[in-house]
Amino acid sequence: MRANFFPLPVLSLRFIPVWRRHFLVWRKLAIPSILGNLADPMLYMLGLGYGLGSLMPQVSGVPYIAFLAAGTVCYSTMNSATFEVLYSGFSRMHVQKTWEAILNAPMALDDVLMGEWVWAASKSLLSGMAILLIIWLMGLYQSFWLTLWVIPLVFLMGLCFGGMGLVMTAVSPSYDFFMYYFTLVITPMVLLCGVFFPVSQLPSLLQAISAWLPLTHAIQLVRPLLLGQVPLDAGLHVLALLAYGGVGFYLALGLTRRRLLK
Amino acid sequence: MPILTARGLRKTYGELEVVAGIDLAIEPGECFGLLGPNGAGKTTTLRLLLGLIAPDAGEIEMLDQPIPRQARSARLRVGVVPQMDNLDPDFTVRENLMVYGRYFGLKDAEIAARIPELLEFSDLSHRADSRIQALSGGMKRRLTLARALINDPELIFLDEPTTGLDPQARHVMWQWLRRLLAQGKTIVLTTHFMDEAERLCDRLAILDHGRIIAEGSPRELIAQHIESSVVEIFGETVDAWATEFGGALCERSEKAGESLFCYTRDGEPLLQNLRTQTGMRYLHRPANLEDVFLKLTGRDLRD
Repeated sequence: MRANFFPLPVLSLRFIPVWRRHFLVWRKLAIPSILGNLADPMLYMLGLGYGLGSLMPQVSGVPYIAFLAAGTVCYSTMNSATFEVLYSGFSRMHVQKTWEAILNAPMALDDVLMGEWVWAASKSLLSGMAILLIIWLMGLYQSFWLTLWVIPLVFLMGLCFGGMGLVMTAVSPSYDFFMYYFTLVITPMVLLCGVFFPVSQLPSLLQAISAWLPLTHAIQLVRPLLLGQVPLDAGLHVLALLAYGGVGFYLALGLTRRRLLK
Repeated sequence: MPILTARGLRKTYGELEVVAGIDLAIEPGECFGLLGPNGAGKTTTLRLLLGLIAPDAGEIEMLDQPIPRQARSARLRVGVVPQMDNLDPDFTVRENLMVYGRYFGLKDAEIAARIPELLEFSDLSHRADSRIQALSGGMKRRLTLARALINDPELIFLDEPTTGLDPQARHVMWQWLRRLLAQGKTIVLTTHFMDEAERLCDRLAILDHGRIIAEGSPRELIAQHIESSVVEIFGETVDAWATEFGGALCERSEKAGESLFCYTRDGEPLLQNLRTQTGMRYLHRPANLEDVFLKLTGRDLRD
């Protein structure tokens, strides 16, 4: 009899105690975590925005720092969700055996992973919100009301990149393995998806690749919102983020079942 | 009515049949021990019984629920002490209990009301607000047991509960397990400490290569499988002595390094002979479960 590890996830509210566990740990370690998560992207945004920006005329019709702001919200959110599911997730799964302890209670692996997923999105919401706060304070937006749409989008991005990252956690033998993901997936996305410069500056082949990457979809939603426009094809971009996150989560759950419950 | 039954349980990994046809029936209120050398299939059997993994063949029923189909809801009434402590290192003793109780769907107030009793039971009241890193191995083990009791389970699984503990801590752990039995709880434990099994278990099964090779109460197993007393003989001249007298004085003997284990029902002639020997030391004792275990599973290392 061959076990099937890939039935659809069973979603229930049982993930909430798992989420609360992560939240309680986070609350205890919040200050170094906030510094690490937020200071870095903020410094990049301010340093590059003013430093490089002063050398450039406007980019896409706005000052460089205003252009960069949207990219920073998105990649900071992506990094936060990715780090959480990769490093912290792996530590809970493999090193501390937290998942194993939870599975001995009346919980399914679906609940555990769902808790990780939603938690990663919650934590990245915080990262994205911190950048948004700076954007508000510095007035790097056109319409305040439109920027409010960025908040749910940041959570959606957290689900997208959290779901993708969980796949890596599911198959990783050690922390070192995550380097591949950063080198082959995350860093190329940062460079190809329009964080630092418009995608239109890239050769057409790279533009074609870029169009398929989730970070591109995220930026195409957030940048117009910060520049006071309603994004074009918003439904399509939202769907793309949902698809990356959802497929990622589904795959990750199957792979983790195969890893832990065989 | 057994509280837990398993019929024809099988689980194969690649070529290796780790569980090769196990039948069990565990009665309410008893302490049942699963004994076996490393790799005998104890932990896999436990994971199957808990419904964490699906068997390749066989049926399990725990607390009237089919496993693994209804495993999640059956585990509402089950406590588990895993082999390795997996407490949350970032939490205090109290927080560990609180967070774990939530996984059972208990409300914070219910858990908070239960924590003092559990802390007292596990003698950790004075450490309620200590971080886990600050606890000794024995304290962590006690907290892991307390955590397994957060839902007031009817059935408690313990996977090698005293491995790595010092003698004091082991004796304390045994006292607590007896108290749980006195409260009417059912305990299933795996161990490779024979004295532990002999002290605690009403019944036990010896597992080897995924099969149960003997089952019964500790006394029954000793009476069934082995002569009543053992004389262990050590020394350089053991070999010569064995060739000369061994056959006549021992009903059965086993050689392990420089020791000879001589099994017999009437040890008197043997002891008389040994008193006249020089250069050898000997120890006369009643046969115990370890002798049964070694007879049934052999003396070869399993790693």
